[in-house]
Amino acid sequence: MVTVALSDADLRRRAWSAAAQVVDPEIPVLTIADLGVLRDVAVHDGHVEVAITPTYSGCPAMNMIALEIELALEREGIRGPKVRTVLSPAWTTDWMSEDGRRKLREYGIAPPLPGSSRRALFGEQQVACPQCGSVDTELLSEFGSTSCKALWRCKSCREPFDYFKCH
Amino acid sequence: MATANIEVSETPLVLYALRRADDALILGHRLSEWCGHAPAMEEDMALANMGLDLLGQARELDTYAAKVEGRGNDEDKFAYLRDVRQYRNLLLVEQPNGDFARTMVRQFFYAAFADLYWRAMMASSDATLAAIAAKSEKESAYHLRHSSEWIVRLGDGTEESHRRAQNAIDDLWAYTGEMFAVDDGERGLIDAGIAIDPATLKSRWLKTVTGIVNEATLALPKSDWMQQGGRIGSHSEHLGHLLSELQSLQRTFPGATW
Repeated sequence: MVTVALSDADLRRRAWSAAAQVVDPEIPVLTIADLGVLRDVAVHDGHVEVAITPTYSGCPAMNMIALEIELALEREGIRGPKVRTVLSPAWTTDWMSEDGRRKLREYGIAPPLPGSSRRALFGEQQVACPQCGSVDTELLSEFGSTSCKALWRCKSCREPFDYFKCH
Repeated sequence: MATANIEVSETPLVLYALRRADDALILGHRLSEWCGHAPAMEEDMALANMGLDLLGQARELDTYAAKVEGRGNDEDKFAYLRDVRQYRNLLLVEQPNGDFARTMVRQFFYAAFADLYWRAMMASSDATLAAIAAKSEKESAYHLRHSSEWIVRLGDGTEESHRRAQNAIDDLWAYTGEMFAVDDGERGLIDAGIAIDPATLKSRWLKTVTGIVNEATLALPKSDWMQQGGRIGSHSEHLGHLLSELQSLQRTFPGATW
């Protein structure tokens, strides 16, 4: 194998773009960059360290995501990458990219409302149905198929749908 | 038990982290016992999700306790290889699930506290604890909202749901005082700005709890006699049974992984 000496900046860029393509195993239309789970890529003496942050403390996808990042970087020829979990600052749905919100909607999951303040958490929410766009919707369950989602129903088209919770 | 218990050097900071980790682990385990048994599919998911949040908090706190202790213990050893007397959780969280009303009252009492506690702990001078607090407070706020709604529905529901919710409040009330107590070791951490004094949260906790309980047409007991002991390992008989299930795999097949 030909080893090309890369500058730290180039290596970091390559590592970032490889890591950024890793998708959330539970919502495969979103990359970890869309979600804001990918926080940082650092290079020290040619060694790459990727920092990710969990959406929820108990998110079971984190181990899988860490493994996927290592594989993605190895495939790019980056040897022995390390993945580190950081807790601070705490993840918020405000970090989700516009592109990510659009992809979620197209996938059939209502994206989180912007402004994840405590007021948003406890106040009235108006969530638009990702199928028909109607805002005549109701909450079925505070908790859904994964930690990050709640279950809603559209009263116009009668379809139940997942809503990505504000956090 | 087939496997020896680990020894833990309980410096004040290690003990502090273990106590909070044990609260989250034991309550999370209790919630997981509902999996497949909840009264409705939505609640099954809700209880499992809340259990998962708590398990995540426990893992972070245990991992930090292990790092501070520096004796080669880790989150798994803390969870699987300590016996009842080594557990440091609140008596409240180990109380059996009982009926759905009892589970919700237990969750409500704890979440109303955890919501305030973790929000205040975000100001800790300990960066790791402040970071764990910042994640936990968001989760606790959601748990509080969920359980509050149930307390109102149960209390202001049918005669039977009211009776069951009131019984649960009466039975669990004596375990709430322990949340606000601190010992000398923890007092030192409070003085150093690492921990916050839970006693300062008592009036706000009581206000939240009283508000919801009143809305639910329920009542808080008059008694202010409170049971304690969990923080020093004097547990009710229920914890041993819980641990025998939680730890059975590691105790039977030491070091098993998959």
